[in-house]
Amino acid sequence: MLLTEEKIKELAKKANDIRISIIEMLVEAGSGHTAGPLGMADIFTLFYFHVLRHDPKNPSWEGRDRLVLSNGHIAPVFYAAMAHAGYFPVEELKTLRKLGSRLQGHPHREYMTWLENSSGPLGSGLSQAAGMALADKIDKKDKDRFIYCFMSDGEMNEGNTWEAVMLAGKHKLRNLIAIVDRNNIQIEGFTEDVMPLEPFHAKWKSFNWHVIEVSGHDFRALNEVIEEAQDIFEEPTVIIAHTIPGKGVKEFERDYKWHGKPPSKQEGEMALKELRNTRY
Amino acid sequence: MLNPKLKLNPKIFNSDVEQIPIRKGFGQGLLMAGERDERVVGLCADLTESTQMNLFADRFPDRFVQVGVAEQNLVTVASGMAAMGKIPFCSSYAMFSPGRNWEQIRTTISYNDRKVIVVGSHAGVSVGPDGGTHQALEDIALMRVMPNMDVVSPCDAIEAKKATLELVKTKKPAYLRLAREKTPIITTEETPFSVGKAEIYWMPDVGLAEVGIIATGALLYRAILVAKELEKEGIKIKVMNLPSIKSIDTEAIITLAKECKKIVTVEEHQVAGGMGSAVAEVLAQNFPVPVEFVGVQDKFGQSGTPDELIEHYGVDESAIKKAVGKLLSRR
Repeated sequence: MLLTEEKIKELAKKANDIRISIIEMLVEAGSGHTAGPLGMADIFTLFYFHVLRHDPKNPSWEGRDRLVLSNGHIAPVFYAAMAHAGYFPVEELKTLRKLGSRLQGHPHREYMTWLENSSGPLGSGLSQAAGMALADKIDKKDKDRFIYCFMSDGEMNEGNTWEAVMLAGKHKLRNLIAIVDRNNIQIEGFTEDVMPLEPFHAKWKSFNWHVIEVSGHDFRALNEVIEEAQDIFEEPTVIIAHTIPGKGVKEFERDYKWHGKPPSKQEGEMALKELRNTRY
Repeated sequence: MLNPKLKLNPKIFNSDVEQIPIRKGFGQGLLMAGERDERVVGLCADLTESTQMNLFADRFPDRFVQVGVAEQNLVTVASGMAAMGKIPFCSSYAMFSPGRNWEQIRTTISYNDRKVIVVGSHAGVSVGPDGGTHQALEDIALMRVMPNMDVVSPCDAIEAKKATLELVKTKKPAYLRLAREKTPIITTEETPFSVGKAEIYWMPDVGLAEVGIIATGALLYRAILVAKELEKEGIKIKVMNLPSIKSIDTEAIITLAKECKKIVTVEEHQVAGGMGSAVAEVLAQNFPVPVEFVGVQDKFGQSGTPDELIEHYGVDESAIKKAVGKLLSRR
């Protein structure tokens, strides 16, 4: 579905609200990941407010698209997107990482029964998404819905991930669409220093995937490549989404130190001020 | 005598007792399960024939997934299929699954509460000549420590078939432990089996037993042979088959301990963390009695014939007898 200028503005505003929620949650929790959630806020917003076939009031609806979050540590953006989309009250976001909260440090479907998977340990999400697409293929339902898998570039270090890449190519899982957050950082540094992934595009291509690269912050371009991915019939598709880690807060952007820590109260106030002053 | 209620194999003590690998029972069971329930799917990591999944794969090629030599993928793909309503069985050698992919099983199957049946074949030293790398002696411990996971270790091919069929119906994910070698048939099609239940297979003709032997897997046969032999010496034994190491039949174990006051556990697994440990946990909390553990004593396996290894690692008839003797000398 085409994006109008008006809709894009609306999405940008929503993404900003989600970033505000992310900062508020992290400051309140006192632990958690900052860079990835901020960087993925635009993609989550586009999905929860435009792309996904879902029903927040009936989240386990059988006909829904499936969204498998593989890198569970970006939970804050996942929770914030769901809350703003109406899955649960926005106020509940403040319970992140607290005892008894549904908002576990890494998402857990025992507490949020509508989630497709519990995740955290890296490298297994794409396999689970591939398994879902395989089941759809057996049931001849692979034309009825899409299985999306959100993953990090860091987890491309995992052997398990490549096992899934190989299998999905073998089975030509047409309704499987992987979106890799190519933010170039992982916990200990830049991906190309820790364990180089390049030539990243060529790697996927050689495993028989349809590969698309796009900015992860350009709603129009993102929406177009998602439609392209949906149109590809013979192969699974990976969208390598180039994102800026920490996007939206200048101080946090492109610095791997913000991968795995939360803002302090003071840093949080600075970030919130910047986000609240964003104009569209 | 053999428990007459259980309709066990009457030819069990014949020298030409029928011998079938336990894994064959799984293969037949999975084929039947596939015929009965179209949700059943099979996944294998390049060991389809060894794990006997080939019967299912040949009959239902569209419901079979060959994942290649990739055990991490094996179980995580199965988790995804279970999320869409399938009932996946995924097979490999126990050393690789759950040996190599334990965290994936924990997170994507057990923690995720996705009903997948992990089938580990070639467990124990009886794998033989392949040697220590291929002899899983830690898998029971690995799997029984995991919340939301049943662990089933059948004693023969017929019980393996029944277990496979039953595991389609239970609620929880499960680990099914299989062995490679031909093993004597102990049960019959009529012998009752249900997950979570233990049964007394051998009992004194009259009176109470002095020692209770609890065995799991193929070694149950050797335990029964020992009981029969000791009967001639006037020693009264009860032998329990404990296929469900988790969910464990607490009541049956306590009842046996109350009668015998002495327990021997027998398993082809490390003593640490295995079935014997599970039994000891039950007894220590409910009815503490002396226990002797027949199992592998903190060692890796090696190459040899199955019988040589069973003897070398002290899980054969003489080791069981010795354990019984040790308990009796304590009185």
